[in-house]
Amino acid sequence: MSFEIPKIKYNGQIKESTLGEGQSGFRVGGQNCFPFHFFEGSMPNLPRIAMEVYDYPPEGWPATAVEPFRDVIDNPARWAQKCVREYGAEMICLQLASTDPNGLDKSPEEASQIVSEVSRAVSVPLIVWGTANPEKDSQVLVKVAQTCANKRLIIGPVEEKNYKAVAEAAIKYNHTVIASSPIDINLAKQLNILLTNSGVSAENILIDPTVSSIGYGIEYAYSVMERIRIAALTQQDDKLQMPIICNVAREAWKSKEAKMLFEEAPELGDETKRGILLEAISAMVLLLAGGDIMIMRHPQAISLVKDIIKELAN
Amino acid sequence: MALSGIEIFKLLPKTNCGDCGVPTCLAFAMSIAAGKAELDKCPHLSDEARTRLEEASAPPIRPVSIGAGERLVKTGGETVMFRHEKRFENPAPIAFITSDSLDEKQMNRQFNLFNTLRYERAGNSLKAEMLVIRYDSANQEKYVSAVEQALADTDASLILMCDEPAVLEKALLVSASTRPLIYGADSENIESMLELARKFDCPLVVKGKNVENLIALSEQITATGFKNLVLDSGARTLKQSFTDQIAIRRAALNSKFRPLGFPTIVFPCEMTDDPLKETLYASILIAKYAGIVVMSDIQAEALFPLLVERLNIFTDPQRPLATKEGIYEIGGPDENSPVLLTSNFSLTYFLLTGEIESSRVPAYLLVKDTEGLSIMTAWAAGKFSADNICEFIKKCGIEEKINHRKLIIPGYVDFESSGIEEELEGWEVLIGPREGAHLPAYLKNWGK
Repeated sequence: MSFEIPKIKYNGQIKESTLGEGQSGFRVGGQNCFPFHFFEGSMPNLPRIAMEVYDYPPEGWPATAVEPFRDVIDNPARWAQKCVREYGAEMICLQLASTDPNGLDKSPEEASQIVSEVSRAVSVPLIVWGTANPEKDSQVLVKVAQTCANKRLIIGPVEEKNYKAVAEAAIKYNHTVIASSPIDINLAKQLNILLTNSGVSAENILIDPTVSSIGYGIEYAYSVMERIRIAALTQQDDKLQMPIICNVAREAWKSKEAKMLFEEAPELGDETKRGILLEAISAMVLLLAGGDIMIMRHPQAISLVKDIIKELAN
Repeated sequence: MALSGIEIFKLLPKTNCGDCGVPTCLAFAMSIAAGKAELDKCPHLSDEARTRLEEASAPPIRPVSIGAGERLVKTGGETVMFRHEKRFENPAPIAFITSDSLDEKQMNRQFNLFNTLRYERAGNSLKAEMLVIRYDSANQEKYVSAVEQALADTDASLILMCDEPAVLEKALLVSASTRPLIYGADSENIESMLELARKFDCPLVVKGKNVENLIALSEQITATGFKNLVLDSGARTLKQSFTDQIAIRRAALNSKFRPLGFPTIVFPCEMTDDPLKETLYASILIAKYAGIVVMSDIQAEALFPLLVERLNIFTDPQRPLATKEGIYEIGGPDENSPVLLTSNFSLTYFLLTGEIESSRVPAYLLVKDTEGLSIMTAWAAGKFSADNICEFIKKCGIEEKINHRKLIIPGYVDFESSGIEEELEGWEVLIGPREGAHLPAYLKNWGK
């Protein structure tokens, strides 16, 4: 007998966003089906991976995560270049960790100096991520937007508390914003409404649902993302049809299981492979739930996930 | 799906004989619909009516039990496509392959790893549940002895992977009481495999060349009344396997298509030689609908991530994971160490222990029962406020462990500090950071 897969009737589509500029720019989104459901729809733009760069030598990383970047870890511009040249990064995410008021508390001027150095060093699309301190992020991101006018940066996290100032700067200086909400579909929608009402075009918004890693409650983000996709694709909710970005690497690598050495916990196995798998599986689970951009760290975790995206597509 | 009382009533004898213990057939029908009575109570039901009623009330994906006693595992019984709709019922058992041609040392290593790689997390015991004993040796005695050894050395639920009915029968003679899963029936051997499954009362994998072929075989088997089936669609690439899993789950749930209304088995072990890739494949199929996941070799660094992923995906969305209330000692604290208070929402607990460990400042973490709610939700629900916090502090026994009286509370409930100080005589309340990430910096300055 012949068997037909029971198909879903989709009536919506994810908006297509153009990220970056020139030849290294690309589009994300545009799909009209659930992730990798090629038997009933199309994903014209496959999910992308952005490689992390930190604006100062990160602390508390396990050796596995430091090793690939050891020679460039104190120089964000060279770090970004290494990601592109050596590891084939198609996108960079600069984490402005040094601006944290509870940490080094670097000024908006210092931060935007680093951003412009990195943006001159690489031509791929550049994400600039703050510290989730709404007040400080607002100052930093506005300054960054201005300094790198028309560079088509992707800036965030933009929250309900600081969206006005950042949205205004993003419109004025032509950047994309990351709309960040705390694992809640209604808050995600509300922020998108606020942003579009203040003049940001829907094509210049990415949704950050706030994610965690496997073993640390990834199911919350997983289900919120699935619900966002169901609303976007089957309920024509155009306020949730933006591509989704997941800042997942830092979550995966901060867990104690990613840090413990084999000698400390032999029952957890080889620490290098374990760290890579914790990151790669976390990213994979979020891709299954609807992620369009994964911010990742370890080159081997990235190449694994890229391979699998291709296998699911071809 | 479930029938209404009226629909059930139409199939009953309508004699109102009362033999079922209820005065009328209608009342009996209503009790069945409400799940309060068993169909078997009616001695006069026709076979035809019984079959129809049983079919109509059966779950869309049949739950299948494999193993017995401590080896019992359940798969299937799923009712939704997305976990937020209800919950995923039975975490897909993870199986590892043991070839019967391994030498004794290798086999012992496998069994030993199987027994020792176990993890405790939020009150759950995480482990691989199954072993596949694969017939590679072409030697009947070797196969039977591998099965015997697996049963003697481990508490695994077994899958007997063997395509020679005569050898399989010998293995079943020594293992049938543990109800192993037989792998499996295909177009060539369907009669003999089904006969063995019936004879030894064991669940059976039906293996199609593709989904169409699987349906044909499943129909052939279920027509005989045999229902303890597990489905293998034959896919051995990630993409085909992923697609088949979605197709089978949708056909069973959305189209109520009975031949596919059984749990599935998938084989990442046969899709690649790269262990990391195999683990990623398994992670995808755990999230997307596999009933049993078969892996090649046991590696701790791969098993642990898969187990925590599975725990997360199969967590009931209505009931957050909760940690047990009590005093948690981190890093060997002494009588001068800081004391921190938090809720028993597992995520908060995991994050805080991680941050305290990385601060390298030994500390006591007091976990108060908030029914698994996070700090702010628990506070809003009245489960994390001054009065019940004080009650907990007094009874938990922390006062005997320390010679100071300083309590660090979460930054988000700073407004409860004076209330706590009022009720907890002699205690000083300190406001901790709002975010766990800021805890190491905070602790390093503690006492300075």
